[in-house]
Amino acid sequence: MTPIITPELVRQHGLSEEEFERIKALLGREPNFTELGVFSVMWSEHCSYKNTRRELRKFPTTGSRVLVKAGEENAGVIDIGDGWAVAFKMESHNHPSAVEPFQGAATGVGGIIRDIFTMGARPVFLMNSLRFGPIHGDNDAARKNRKLVRGVVAGIAHYGNCIGVPTIGGEISFDDSYNGNPLVNVLCLGVLKKAEIARGAASGVGNAVFYVGSETGRDGLAGAAFASRDLTEESKADRPAVQVGDPFRGKLLLEACLELLQSGAVAGIQDMGAAGLTCSTCETASRGGTGVQIDLALVPKRETGMSPYEILLSESQERMLIIVRSGEEERVKEVFEKWDLPYAKVGIVTEDGFMRVLNDGSAEVEIPAKQLADDAPVYEREVAIPAAPETIAVSDLAFHDPKDSLIKLLAHPTVASKNWVFRQYDHTVRAGAVVPPGSDAAVFYVREADKFLAATTDCNHLYCRLDPREGAKIAVAEAARNLTCSGAIPLAVTDNLNFGNPYRPENFWQLREAVEGLAEACRRFETPVTGGNVSLYNESPQGTIDPTPTVGMIGLIEDERWTTRQYFQIQGDVIFLIGGVGDEIGGSLYLKTIYGKKAGLPPRLNFDRELAVQKFLRGLIRKGVVKSAHDCSEGGLAVALAECCMSGAEKIGAQIRLSGMSGSSSLANQRLDVSLFNESQSRIVVSVPSQESELVHQDAAQAGIELIRLGSVGGSELTIESSDGTLSWPLDQLHEAWYSSIALALSQQDL
Amino acid sequence: MKIAVVRFPGSNCDQDCLRALTDGLGVKAEYVWHKETSIAGFDAVILPGGFSYGDYLRCGAIAAFSPVMQSVIKAANSGMPVFGICNGFQILCETGLLRGALIRNRSLLFLCQPVCLKLENNRTPFTRLSDEGAIFRMPIAHGEGAYYADEQTLEELEEGGQVVFRYVNEDGQPTSEANPNGSRNNIAGICNPAGNVLGLMPHPDRSWDHRLGSEDGLQLFKSLVETLLSVAA
Repeated sequence: MTPIITPELVRQHGLSEEEFERIKALLGREPNFTELGVFSVMWSEHCSYKNTRRELRKFPTTGSRVLVKAGEENAGVIDIGDGWAVAFKMESHNHPSAVEPFQGAATGVGGIIRDIFTMGARPVFLMNSLRFGPIHGDNDAARKNRKLVRGVVAGIAHYGNCIGVPTIGGEISFDDSYNGNPLVNVLCLGVLKKAEIARGAASGVGNAVFYVGSETGRDGLAGAAFASRDLTEESKADRPAVQVGDPFRGKLLLEACLELLQSGAVAGIQDMGAAGLTCSTCETASRGGTGVQIDLALVPKRETGMSPYEILLSESQERMLIIVRSGEEERVKEVFEKWDLPYAKVGIVTEDGFMRVLNDGSAEVEIPAKQLADDAPVYEREVAIPAAPETIAVSDLAFHDPKDSLIKLLAHPTVASKNWVFRQYDHTVRAGAVVPPGSDAAVFYVREADKFLAATTDCNHLYCRLDPREGAKIAVAEAARNLTCSGAIPLAVTDNLNFGNPYRPENFWQLREAVEGLAEACRRFETPVTGGNVSLYNESPQGTIDPTPTVGMIGLIEDERWTTRQYFQIQGDVIFLIGGVGDEIGGSLYLKTIYGKKAGLPPRLNFDRELAVQKFLRGLIRKGVVKSAHDCSEGGLAVALAECCMSGAEKIGAQIRLSGMSGSSSLANQRLDVSLFNESQSRIVVSVPSQESELVHQDAAQAGIELIRLGSVGGSELTIESSDGTLSWPLDQLHEAWYSSIALALSQQDL
Repeated sequence: MKIAVVRFPGSNCDQDCLRALTDGLGVKAEYVWHKETSIAGFDAVILPGGFSYGDYLRCGAIAAFSPVMQSVIKAANSGMPVFGICNGFQILCETGLLRGALIRNRSLLFLCQPVCLKLENNRTPFTRLSDEGAIFRMPIAHGEGAYYADEQTLEELEEGGQVVFRYVNEDGQPTSEANPNGSRNNIAGICNPAGNVLGLMPHPDRSWDHRLGSEDGLQLFKSLVETLLSVAA
């Protein structure tokens, strides 16, 4: 019995009255129940970007290396030279992970991997950017957060490890604003020959449409619509909207699809991700300027008695739609039988432009494909500027012993070693992780292409909360800085915009500010945005998350010898600080951790200065004089120095003198804690052999870069001498605070 | 001379093993599909890591019954060198070519980290180029890599020199801290009594190139190639 279309049913499908009128006008009639479902997922925020599309147009999307632009296909593709290209993209699985962390995260990994091999690329690595509420403490929120962290990490490991794509890095931050609403953003990169980019278009009228991969079940029903709502106490009831992943099937599908693509039989290919069969049929038709007709009786099913509505809206995992060149259908049979995967010819490409779904011989769905896929309403949402954040005067802050502050900052899980997490990810499969997780950027050797790629994900939510525009700019700048520190030139960006409900004007203001900040920064760094994802409605009963426009950036290391790590290497090397001591503590982790304040004006980014600093460092690296490079970010200079001492396989100390430094005019009047923990941008700690220090000075003077000689590498302590006296930390003490913080929190029993 | 790298559905170190042989040593190696019933024409077999058949039921349990394994078992019994790495080791235990089993890591978590190994038997085709007592650095990456066997089996393995690699610390001591997964007697790799079948949890296929931080794994493949060449000569 199909339900009658009532205003109430329309509302339950997340469609407004206005949108329903638009659907009726488009069809020239009332939609039936199945069609209503089809529109509801295609016109959900998740699939249509109806509230953000206008903003996303502000991104720079072109560049000399861009081969496939943002929005054109399932993932962007850029040229890395010598006939090779990479496809990469980041996507979120926040809502599913909030209600079912293991499967939510696992299917997030599976989904982004499919997006990449859909482009004809072999996935070569994964990264992720995760956000959770605090994990320390004996309270319900912390216990729940610990369960979420364990579940998400296990889910990522489960899928990534089994499918054999290494997870080589990423970042994790912890903050109250993510209580009950974790963020799980996953990035995948794949490599392909420039000439072999696959397209998601249903081209060639009369070509067969094949369904390949797992059978369709009732799991993940209308997940796209679920992801386009706020999380509430009742969200747990939506657990059936979370898909269940099977990485083994995913691996078979990956190999089979790449093999079939190599055979030349494929005219178009598209994964069934959000909105499953619905989205893949209408999007391929829309891209091809054609129509697609499928027959539900032919769709491989896992359960009996599924209605057309359920089949079309299912988000069962590990499924693809493939348009096969006529005469090549036998190839599909050969390849998919070899890999023991279900496949079925379910329809054909038509010329009438309709997405037509047959059920029992009659048309159950008949919708113009292009309008369904591309003509969702586009809204300009209202904005409202929220109250300016509390300002901070250093003089109002009671002085806290910096010796203790550094320990507290290193033990803050945002800064602390993520070894407990990274050890669970297979990062060594594919034998390419040159710089494993834990450095400024991960470096991966892509053997197929003989190229060294660097990759990083970054976003400081504190800055974005206090000033989303500046915070977004800094996210891009920091990503580029991390790549530069690893010896790479930044190439391109994928972004994941995580925000609250766009119908709240303050939230939409944050989003607009952040997008404009990202756009400006991507222009300045010449790193076009090649794709990404928007995740809205990140709200829990506790409130809205801090705005989190995560940036994933890819870089190229043009010579293996330029690969640089963050940690000190050799006793006696001279330590320099590029970019000055700085003085901005607004939005710092120091303020949050020691004073409990998320307040103040976050650091300002000066593009010219940032670009000059990065150019200078790249120049030094190319001269072969840089032994280590690490940027100052959360926790400022002191945390950066401590990490330089500890993050390598061998701990190694450093002797620093902050007094009597040349080139630090402002330092004399500055409180020591401000010098140590401020988060002013465009600053990098490097170590160089002492005989090269003159060269570094000369180059800095020539480039007009502020350069401070901090001291030297060596010993078993980190010692910082200043006009206020000498601070000294045994490395073992720093290491214990930093290395064990997360592991201790997460290895306790939470019953 | 030609070496087979078996591909099961779910193998994910097949490419790494093949590259270690072809790019690392320049020898001839080819994939053999799990549905093949013959390995004629090959001189040695590598069973690579991964999650064969999804590791459903038990790690390696289904792969042990695949068509290709029936001919691998026969070849192993007539002396052909067979080297199972990670999931390959699990498969060898499931077939009975090697004794004991690999169970969940002590921590119950998947572990990917570098480890130190001590070579304790250089009389196998895979270890003849190294001295006993030599330390190898390689990564592990497994969730079920804790070697288990009963007391009597362990005793026989130890006495028969079948423990080929042991987890040790940097000083070569088989301490509890150096044991990443809770393997009995710190066992990382064992061979059959004849020495031609080796199972090893750590990955030589991920430590054969200076870019990966260790080239120690290459030594095992080199030994195998030398062995095959000396047999052929």
